Amino acid sequence: MSGFLLNRLSQSIVLLVIVSIIGFTVLNLMPGGPLAQFGLDPGMTQKDVERLAAQLGLNRPLWLQYLDWASRLIRGDWGHSFRDGSAVLSVIGRHLLATLLLMGTSTVLAIAAGTWIGIRGATHRYSLFDYCATVGAMVALSVPTFWFGLIGIYIFTLKLGWVPAGNMYTIGDGSVLDYLHHLILPSLVLSLVHVAIWSRYMRTATLDALSQDFVKTARAKGVSERRILLKHVVGNALLPMITLAGMQLPSVLTGALVTETVFTWPGMGRLFLDSLGYSDYPMVMGLLIFSAILVVLGNLIADIVIATVDPRIRLG
Amino acid sequence: MTERSATSNYSRRDALRMVAIGGAAGIFAPNLLGKPALARTSPAKPTGRVIVGLGQEPTVFNPLMAHIEVDDGVHFSVFDALFRIDPQGVIQPNLALEVPSQKNGGISEDGLKWRIRLRDDVRWHDGKPFSAEDVKFTLELITNPNFRSWRTSGHSLVRDITVVSPTEISWRMEEAFAPYLSFLTETFIVPKHILEKEANPNNAAFNQAPVGTGAFKWGKRVAGDHLELVANTEYFGEGPHIERLVFKYIPDLTVLYTQFKSGDIDLVGQPYITPDHYGEAKKLPNRVVTLVPRASFESFYLNLERPQFKEHAVREALYAAIDKEAIIQGLYYGVPTPTETFMPRQSFYFNAGLPLHQFNLNRARKILDEAGWAPGAGGIRTKNGVRLSFTNSTTSGDPLREQVQQFLQQTFAQLGVEMKISNLPAAVMWGEFWMQSQFDSVIVGSSYLIGADPDVTNRLHSRSIGAKGGRGSNNAQYANPEVDALLDKGARTFDPEARRAIYSRVQELVRRDLPFLPLYQSNAVEGLKKGINGFVPNGNTRTESWNALAWYWAS
Repeated sequence: MSGFLLNRLSQSIVLLVIVSIIGFTVLNLMPGGPLAQFGLDPGMTQKDVERLAAQLGLNRPLWLQYLDWASRLIRGDWGHSFRDGSAVLSVIGRHLLATLLLMGTSTVLAIAAGTWIGIRGATHRYSLFDYCATVGAMVALSVPTFWFGLIGIYIFTLKLGWVPAGNMYTIGDGSVLDYLHHLILPSLVLSLVHVAIWSRYMRTATLDALSQDFVKTARAKGVSERRILLKHVVGNALLPMITLAGMQLPSVLTGALVTETVFTWPGMGRLFLDSLGYSDYPMVMGLLIFSAILVVLGNLIADIVIATVDPRIRLG
Repeated sequence: MTERSATSNYSRRDALRMVAIGGAAGIFAPNLLGKPALARTSPAKPTGRVIVGLGQEPTVFNPLMAHIEVDDGVHFSVFDALFRIDPQGVIQPNLALEVPSQKNGGISEDGLKWRIRLRDDVRWHDGKPFSAEDVKFTLELITNPNFRSWRTSGHSLVRDITVVSPTEISWRMEEAFAPYLSFLTETFIVPKHILEKEANPNNAAFNQAPVGTGAFKWGKRVAGDHLELVANTEYFGEGPHIERLVFKYIPDLTVLYTQFKSGDIDLVGQPYITPDHYGEAKKLPNRVVTLVPRASFESFYLNLERPQFKEHAVREALYAAIDKEAIIQGLYYGVPTPTETFMPRQSFYFNAGLPLHQFNLNRARKILDEAGWAPGAGGIRTKNGVRLSFTNSTTSGDPLREQVQQFLQQTFAQLGVEMKISNLPAAVMWGEFWMQSQFDSVIVGSSYLIGADPDVTNRLHSRSIGAKGGRGSNNAQYANPEVDALLDKGARTFDPEARRAIYSRVQELVRRDLPFLPLYQSNAVEGLKKGINGFVPNGNTRTESWNALAWYWAS
């Protein structure tokens, strides 16, 4: 096990270095930069812009800027945002909590609903339920999230007044109930897409498991369908889903950009878009490394869990 | 709330009168608005809360550091400047006791020595008294080469700042520079006793939790979501009347408008309500929606070094071929106002007597025919080997501008002029492509004024051409020696009446030369809840929240 972990660790470090180099280069090659926002300011002369660039260290050679950034990162200093000067890690941390709340809720909902729909669709193949679930999944996957979100706000906020128009909590309030009230619509809208994805995968995985020999054997032995399902099928069907879940981990923590914008949710996805828009280099690099670490971690955890759960798999 | 009309109610004579008594009134009525009616109906103790929705997030809270318009809303509330500029374009005293001028001796006859007397009843939010030392510190910090300051022009001319007493400061200017008075209305004063302790003011804790002298104190900030300011009950001026001022960040403009409709926000801030919602917004119950003139205007901007645009006849013909009314009514829902000049119409220096534009394709054809531009290959007019064909660029992803481009393309085609459209993302468009005059023509919306001062040297002087090594944004590469001379004179002249004559002439010349084809002046669709009194739009500032200290809820 330890050999496997060590191996993984060294691979991950190489991966992170490559990702950071590519990311840093592409980011700096993008035209514009953190000072482009002052382009049309009548009071900012070219001299002012050059001065600011020099003060931010942007006129140094690229490799020097990269080494500076990387050496600080290793020592734990993720840098400071060009915009408000706050530490990148603390900004990520604040937005992370918001994202966890939204994505966590929608993922739990999605997994619960998706698993149930997928299994039921597989066991009652070609029934009305199955057809409805299939069509529903296609619709949910095709409908753009922002449209769905805006329609949701239109119906449930403007017309019915049941839920607030967005944000994580009401300013001045902040009770648990308030948070839950604000969570309803965005998490439902977001989970819709994930339910669709999850249920399709689950259905296929279940069908796969149902066609296995051991199911035939169990039926021959006279075991009830329900017991077969619960004890044998679901467990096996969930195995590929663990890998899927591992791949989902990064997106759970990096947020859903469109939903966060439509519902004014202060999450990681929106942070990434804003930082990119303003070319806030330290923040974008910080987010890039963060999601790269998550990808590595997510895959690692998925591999370990599968190896633990399924005795047929050996790690390394 | 009595609905103020978007345009100024004051005649020129009234404005002049105000300038004359401004000095005396400044001592006795330091409130910027001077409206006694406000004092009677506003609550005695600050109550209530106003939520302003913004489409961009304010992130820079040190007013001396480089920032954008949305940050201004916070600065105006937390800080004070030596002076403020009111909606009529008149400069009023704020931290200063009176506005210095050559008449009252605050500015010497040669314009070089400035002497400003300050109030003695101002305190910082932490209780320490404000003094001339803070002003000196502020001006010196701006020109500190290690500080990431915002605009330095004007400040870089200041020498020998002397603290004569805690309530008096004086300095010498390297050259007479009249716009500096306006610049000072956007230069907020920061506390010396807090910032002088910082080894690196760029990373000071102050930048995350600013301390000012303004009507509102820093409350708290939830990054990416909102920030909250609380009333400063010890404020030296009139107000504030609301207890809490919240700036809420809503990135999507449709959602911004939706939250205005649903009442989640009380006031729509930048970038305001989009023109396509104007019709519906006007009819919303319990909402007050008005069109407010802003300082920016939209123009069809030309690169005068391109052979196609060198001839005045071409520029005149193109201008006559633009159907402004159709664009404004058909594409922009009637929201903007057509204009003939770069000067906003709410400015004291606006020239109302410029020749009006007439859309006349026949006249355009005649002008080109007479100038010798005959239709050549493909029907495109040619003269001396130069084809009247050019590209037009603007920020990509702006559907309204793209429609304007297509409309103009069609109209110009009827004239025998070929216009090709090539749009770029904002970061590319306004970088070197713009600054170094690499374009043929551009549709651009921007303001020419800095701090509402009429000095447009940065945009129209021949030494401001970046592509020729100049230090400015005269990207059209316009060079008119008469305009140059007028601009040089205007920057050295302090008397508003004299300046008005100078800049009127500049506007006349620019209108005649047409280095750019003026389209329309932007109007913001500002919306707020019925019941918020004291809201006054001010096209001379960059923010709608310039006077949040005067807002209050009608009981």
